[in-house]
Amino acid sequence: MAGSVAMSRTAPPAPATSATTEPAVVRWLLIAVAIGFLVSFLIVPLITVFAQGLAKGVAAWLAAVTEPVAFAAIRLTLLVAAIAVPLNVVFGVAAAWAITKFRFPGRNILTTLIDLPFAVSPVISGMIFVLLFGAQSTFGPWLADHGIKVVFAVPGIVLATVFVTFPFVARELIPLMQEQGSDDEEAALVLGAGAWQTFFRVTLPNIRWGLLYGVILCNARAMGEFGAVSVVSGHIRGLTNTVPLHVEILYNEYNFAAAFAVASLLALLALVTLAAKSLVEWKYRH
Amino acid sequence: MGIELRNITKAFGAFKALDDVSLNVADGELLALLGPSGSGKTTLLRIIAGLEAADTGTILLRGEQITMRRLRERRVGFVFQHYALFRHMTVFENIAFGLRVRPRRVRPSKAEIRDRVMGLLKLVQMEWLAERYPAQLSGGQRQRVALARALALEPDVLLLDEPFGALDAKVRRELRRWLRRLHDDLHMTSVFVTHDQEEALDLADRIAVLNTGRIEQTGTPEEVYNHPVSPFVYNFLGNVNLFHGRVHKGLARIGDFSLEAPQHADAHDSPAVGYVRPHDIEIERCASAGASIEVIVQHVSAVGPLVRLDLKRIDTGETIEAELSRDRHRELALTGGEHVFIRPRNLQVFVQDYSI
Repeated sequence: MAGSVAMSRTAPPAPATSATTEPAVVRWLLIAVAIGFLVSFLIVPLITVFAQGLAKGVAAWLAAVTEPVAFAAIRLTLLVAAIAVPLNVVFGVAAAWAITKFRFPGRNILTTLIDLPFAVSPVISGMIFVLLFGAQSTFGPWLADHGIKVVFAVPGIVLATVFVTFPFVARELIPLMQEQGSDDEEAALVLGAGAWQTFFRVTLPNIRWGLLYGVILCNARAMGEFGAVSVVSGHIRGLTNTVPLHVEILYNEYNFAAAFAVASLLALLALVTLAAKSLVEWKYRH
Repeated sequence: MGIELRNITKAFGAFKALDDVSLNVADGELLALLGPSGSGKTTLLRIIAGLEAADTGTILLRGEQITMRRLRERRVGFVFQHYALFRHMTVFENIAFGLRVRPRRVRPSKAEIRDRVMGLLKLVQMEWLAERYPAQLSGGQRQRVALARALALEPDVLLLDEPFGALDAKVRRELRRWLRRLHDDLHMTSVFVTHDQEEALDLADRIAVLNTGRIEQTGTPEEVYNHPVSPFVYNFLGNVNLFHGRVHKGLARIGDFSLEAPQHADAHDSPAVGYVRPHDIEIERCASAGASIEVIVQHVSAVGPLVRLDLKRIDTGETIEAELSRDRHRELALTGGEHVFIRPRNLQVFVQDYSI
């Protein structure tokens, strides 16, 4: 049937407003407040770090970053992360595996304990190790006799970092593995796979994105940890200073440009972490 | 003898899932474990597979004791309710999994694995989907991949846990037919769990009806449907109408009529219930001699292959469900509000110490 509907030449219909949205004024006001908050508390500080770090020019920035003591701090930070993150991957996967695939007495206590490093102040986390392995502790004399230095040395820093970053991998994996259940593992076992075969061929691939996410967060925290490491390290220049500690030293010496220059490395790490996190999330959804 | 289960008991804490269950599955038979949720049927299946360990009892497979055997050595194929396909592997890799994880000594070569997997894909009619991932398949296709994966190792026994539970009705019926044909070809001893009595009656050679951890009855679909030994089995396998009455020394009086009930020869004026299937309710327009109960037609549902009638008894006010063929319904031409007379055929009497 041709020409059955007459096209109206009047003004386009007014946009429909949903019954559940606020009036435009309120919406824009709320958005402005949220953006204002974000900008002042997150974006401005981030920009300041880079701006101040480059205040004396790129050459000065490079000099501050490659200076021997700073370089030693960067090396130490990388070393600590390289030890702490793999350790926490092993601990985290093992803890998540035990908690989600099995029922045993004390399971709830273990789940709560995993969150302990989050609840405890980082300074206390550091103090724990000083009290455990320091000169006045029970282990102190034994360690001194065997020439092992834990507190005010690299091992102490590693221990404190491992403690503080422990929950990240486990907390990421527990809900994920709980949601996935044990069906896949049971299927693999009935098909004749051994325990390790099941773990590497079935469980690990199923949790890989959650694991990667946990590793990224764990790494970011391991590199940026200040409080716990500060208590344990002894601040020996060139030996037991990580990047955050070095930034503090530079700042206390009123060497602001250099402090911000080194701090900008950490800010850069933060941005890279966020980018990696978004990439993993995006991949996981597909 | 295919599978023998003797005196299996299993408790989860205070909950008794299985209570002294004994069952024989003949070699090459397709047996259904039928029962409501919580009856223990899945637990029993998992115990046969080795995924759970029974508290007491023994399991024999082809005469061999396998109660203590590890999963790896049991040679059972298991199909999970939600398929449990490995999501990061293709269909081909999923089916090949069991062959690839074999210890090096007994592992077949790559070519052999390929042949075996393609053969299985052909069997389940999915050769063209070999490189797809599980997420790209429909429910019915996933189920067939799960089945092929279970069959890859040529197991002695095939176990299926509510295999069609997660599928929609039409796909379910097609796959049922397909599974029956597959079983007829392979003749593998198979046990499947279901809560759908239509599925069990349609598919199985024999059915074991479970209720709260015990087997109520085992038998062919005909035996279990036509000669149920308890009200539970009667009620579970189809719709039921109840007629209350009394039984005394082998004679049951239900309403206006009496019938012989030799199995209750020693009953002493005990309350009894007569069970009748909807399609065994005969409807007449006039009362016939002796056994006729007056009812009023409440609702006529003429959709589908059978016509369903809701009738209300004049004497007790109870509702009776009746089923008629379309021809019979056309003969009678009943409408709502009419008074008619019914006669129950094939009444099965149970003494009333059960409650449904």
